Amino acid sequence: MKFLQHTLSNGLEIVAECNGDAHSAAVGFFVRTGSRDETDAVSGVSHFLEHMLFKGTPTRSADDVNREFDEMGAHYNAFTNEENTVYYAAVLPEYLGRAVELWADVLRPSLREDDFNTEKKVIIEEIKMYEDQPPFCADEKCRAAFFGPHPLGRSVLGSETSIAALPVEAMRGYFDRRYSPGNILLAAVGKIDFDALVQTAENRCGQWTPVSTNRAFTSSTPQENFLVEHKESAFQQYVLQLAPGPAAEDDDRHAAKLLAVILGDDSGSRLYWELVDPGLAEQATLSHGEYQGAGMMATYMSCDPERAEENLQIIRDIYRRAQTEGVAENELAQAKSKVRSHLVLGSERPRGRLFPVGGDWVYRRQYRPIELELRTFAEVGLAEVNAVLQKYPLEKCTTLTIGPLAAVKEPK
Amino acid sequence: MKDKIFFHQYPNGLVLVAEPMPWLQSAAFSFLVPSGSVYDPPDRGGLSGFTCEMALRGAGARDSRQFILDLDNLGVERSESVASAHTSFSGATLAENLPAALAIYADVLRTAHLPDDQLEAGRLGMLQELQAVEDEPAQKVMLELRRRHYPLPWGRPAQGERLAIESIAIEEIRAQYRLRYRPQDTILGVAGCIEWEALRDRVGELFGEWTPGENGDIAEQIAAARYEHLPYEANQTQIGIAYPSVPYNHPDYFQAWGAVGVLSGGMSARLFTEVRERRGLCYSVYASYHSLKHRGGVFCYAGTGAERAQETLDVTLGELLRLEQGIEERELDRLKARIKSALVMQQESSGGRSSSLAFDWYHLGRARSLEEVERLIDALSSATINAYLAKNPPQDFTVVTLGPKTLEMH
Repeated sequence: MKFLQHTLSNGLEIVAECNGDAHSAAVGFFVRTGSRDETDAVSGVSHFLEHMLFKGTPTRSADDVNREFDEMGAHYNAFTNEENTVYYAAVLPEYLGRAVELWADVLRPSLREDDFNTEKKVIIEEIKMYEDQPPFCADEKCRAAFFGPHPLGRSVLGSETSIAALPVEAMRGYFDRRYSPGNILLAAVGKIDFDALVQTAENRCGQWTPVSTNRAFTSSTPQENFLVEHKESAFQQYVLQLAPGPAAEDDDRHAAKLLAVILGDDSGSRLYWELVDPGLAEQATLSHGEYQGAGMMATYMSCDPERAEENLQIIRDIYRRAQTEGVAENELAQAKSKVRSHLVLGSERPRGRLFPVGGDWVYRRQYRPIELELRTFAEVGLAEVNAVLQKYPLEKCTTLTIGPLAAVKEPK
Repeated sequence: MKDKIFFHQYPNGLVLVAEPMPWLQSAAFSFLVPSGSVYDPPDRGGLSGFTCEMALRGAGARDSRQFILDLDNLGVERSESVASAHTSFSGATLAENLPAALAIYADVLRTAHLPDDQLEAGRLGMLQELQAVEDEPAQKVMLELRRRHYPLPWGRPAQGERLAIESIAIEEIRAQYRLRYRPQDTILGVAGCIEWEALRDRVGELFGEWTPGENGDIAEQIAAARYEHLPYEANQTQIGIAYPSVPYNHPDYFQAWGAVGVLSGGMSARLFTEVRERRGLCYSVYASYHSLKHRGGVFCYAGTGAERAQETLDVTLGELLRLEQGIEERELDRLKARIKSALVMQQESSGGRSSSLAFDWYHLGRARSLEEVERLIDALSSATINAYLAKNPPQDFTVVTLGPKTLEMH
């Protein structure tokens, strides 16, 4: 396993974890832009733009883009979140160059108005689809309430209204400001010829003109709320709870992840034993999410509406007990063996390893080989896990519940 | 690709089929136990699912807590699912932990406690799962489609029926376990960093004494529905369309598979291109092939805003009907490229491979190597697929819609 890095003169960075024994290769362009970089006037533009990149370039139609990826047998897609828009493909090693060339072309799109108008309908269907699924709409609403005015509270999809009102010029302007080479990382994992990769990037991306990009960093003041969203047609009651947690650059993020496994993994955790195993909830989990300059501990629970209040109290009691008594050594050991196995299994495929390698560079400008990540988790002590509980009290949270209940009592 | 598949049938009927992948650090297993929703008595829909739920609540020397604790300490990433013919118990972990993990599963399959005092907890879990499906219209429409497309009991959803779940007693679960959790017709697929002889002997020690149970027959009824609309309050209308296909063990399977791939494999495939890319009718549209042992089906999905649902149904059905006119070689070439890279990538993960081995054995009575699959794919041409489509055009559609208003079948 070898890590290599290079920066083109226009600022585009290239990183690769090269493994000569791999059967395949995975490659991704990580653009540092997402809903946190938007304003009300262009809410949802990052995600809409991701769709528009598949609509073609001056030399390729939308059909050409999809056809050429399929001709390589690529497993490819893209996604947008609050901070990143990522275009990725897993291919056989012999197609890596072609895949990079194709993505590089796609990343300089035409953004034609008629395509824009057709794709607008698809985006609105996507928004409607999520609106029909109560837990998804709860997620965005809860994040908005938790982050308050902070840009991380912005919706990734935007709303039907904001998308309908978006003019194509606004998207073109956003593209010009955000898709600058200095704001893009090209990451590759697996069987990689690094010199050839750099050469391809130089040929296809070297002429991209840099503009200065920045991201507004306002400090986040997590909000405490208790919100009830009445959705009469829903069958189950859903609860989302967001509390602060370590940010992407914080050293205690590993301890926070282990804490989340102990308290809220989907099997064998405290939430599992007190809520899922006895059949009180269908699902109950806690996970850690990290952003630049902010982090969160996210609780998710779905249950029969009749049990929602009782379950909310159980969650509160579990967190309060953890807070006062801490967690135990055997729980930590159990969490570590789960995480170890999860990391190893997830890294066997280049396409599983691509996102950690890209993410480590985007967030931390670090290469963290799997051995280092395993060692870091192994070295986390009980005191560090318990310190996370003290520094980020799980009770100081925003709760949003959605479902058939018109009113829900706040836990004590 | 150099792959070698081993198999062994133990005297009690249990089949072990395994593929060493020494370049991996992991190993994965997949048990197919002949306890599926088709074996649920007519008024006991969900019995197999409930039995699976209860089998995980303690077995052998472990109570339910120790069971999960031991699997966690072994780092086993596990999953269970109940289908029409089987319950599958799967897991993946670091290869050195595989023998210990298999020992735990030997208890689950042979000596589950099925504790009476946890029956209500299990029941509540089952009922909530049923209820959760009601909040996921895209999943619900496909369950309802399958229920109408296959003759009973083959299309019954594994989640079961509320009334049945509410009244199933522990004795029924214990009887189901005694009858259906048995070595004959159980298949264990294993892939990853393993040594064949050691594995075969280990599985023999763990399962050799497992005693065979009785066989039972399934009475099949006729499928009736053509089009049915289910009222549902939502923004979108969910559309499900199914048509019959050949089963996985049929000589024409790869022809049928190729035709479905042209409809829906990759973003240049016909449904994505015509329904989403050209017309912007929906966000999600796909077709997928599904096989029972003796019959197959193609299941298509599209979800769209109510006002454009009729057009979406018409365009989607139009694409299915157009298949009869044949496919082009270029379309097939893309599909071949896609499957070839998928075959190579299967070698990078033990989990997918172990379940493929067990699936193959159930349908074919043997497991195909990746090399053999590649040869079969290479042998496909647009001419062979078109000959198949001329004989077997998509027809006899079953359609289910879920949403604010009913649609018209033209």
